[in-house]
This record gives sequence, structure tokens and C-alpha cells, in this order.
Amino acid sequence: MIDVLYFAWVRERIGLPRERIETTAATVNDLIAELSAREERYEVAFADRAALRVALDQELSEFTAPLAGVREVAFFPPMTGG
Amino acid sequence: MPMSVRIQPGPFDLGAEANAFAAAQSGAGAVVTFTGLVRDVSGGLEAMEIEHYPAMTQKAISAMVDEATARWTLTGALVIHRHGRLAPSEPIMMVATAALHRAEAFAAAEFLMDYLKSRAPFWKKEVTADGSGWVAAKDEDEQALNRW
Repeated sequence: MIDVLYFAWVRERIGLPRERIETTAATVNDLIAELSAREERYEVAFADRAALRVALDQELSEFTAPLAGVREVAFFPPMTGG
Repeated sequence: MPMSVRIQPGPFDLGAEANAFAAAQSGAGAVVTFTGLVRDVSGGLEAMEIEHYPAMTQKAISAMVDEATARWTLTGALVIHRHGRLAPSEPIMMVATAALHRAEAFAAAEFLMDYLKSRAPFWKKEVTADGSGWVAAKDEDEQALNRW
């Protein structure tokens, strides 16, 4: 089981802020493919990979990163702090 | 060294924060402060809604402050960043840095601002009478990181 969090327009497109997912995905890319195949709202939210960022256990990461040992995955658009 | 990162929904008093920060420094010759305000870019802004990733925000900003203190000799650093619903002209955030000399305090403050813009997990949504929309990240903000 892995906690998946969504922020900003990713959260709005998927329609929820977080969920627990049973997955055997090896990488972030695999998880995106798995979710996108599940329902259209995921496919829409994840369509433009260049507009997405991912954090693994609260650290910015790459889509190719492995998910082994990761407890929390977060998807969000580029940050606009300051 | 006094280092502080505060993430809060409520307002802060810029003058009181700057005075308290300056008073807490030991041996500093320079204090630099920066304050960001809610800006009404295209007119008609009713509010700015700022979302963040609570479990990551404090950690990410503390890492930026650690990096700044590794690069420059600072006597202290302070970051305050708000979230939630803010009105136009309200302060969103502030950075304060203190060092022996101004060059280090200015550089560290600019470094922190550049990283807060693109690497702190906040997302801004502009609310107008016509609806609302997420503020897009700017290419120049991302490119600004290259100078460090």
C-alpha cells in the first residue's frame, strides 16, 4: 500500500486530495501508467508529464525513480511559492 | 545561530518580525529583509488562495536555509510563509538574513527567494469575480536557480 497525494490542479482533476493505493508499480512512471489505465480522470491529470512534478516521501524526485520502500508519493504542478 | 522557518495561515507583523530578528543577532553588521505581497496582476483580484503540502513544506524550506548557511556566513535566517486565503496587498511571506557584511546577507536572501519561488511546495490560485485559476510557474523563475 502506498499513499498518493495530489495538489493544486492535479487534485482538482482527479477529484480528491489523497488516497491509498494497492500497487506493484516499480517506478513512478509505472504508477502513472497504472492509474491512467484505471480511469479517464487520471489519464487527463497525468497527460502532460512536463507540467507535473513528483515527490517521494516529501523529496522532489524523477519519474524514473523506483518506488521500493516509498510510503508517500505526491503529484503536483510546478511550485509557485514566494 | 537563530534560524527559523514558520508556515502559518495568519498574518505577520513585518516591523515586529524584523526588529525581533535584528535584536536576536550576535555580531551581525547587516540585516536584509524581503517581503512578498499579494499582487493584483490583471485587475479584479478578490483573493489569492495558497495551497501547500504540509508534510513537505517545513522540510523543504529548512533544507534551503541549511544550504544558504553552508554557502554564506550568516548569523541568522528567518522565513515566514503564509497559506490559505489572502486579500490583495496582504503580505504573503518574508525572508530575513543577517551577516557580518551586507553582500552575504543580500546574496543569501536572493538565494532563498529564488528557491522559495520554484522549490517550496506552494501553489497559488487567483480568485476574481469571473472565476479562479492557478498561477502558472514562470520559466524565468526556474532559470533563476541556474545562477546559484
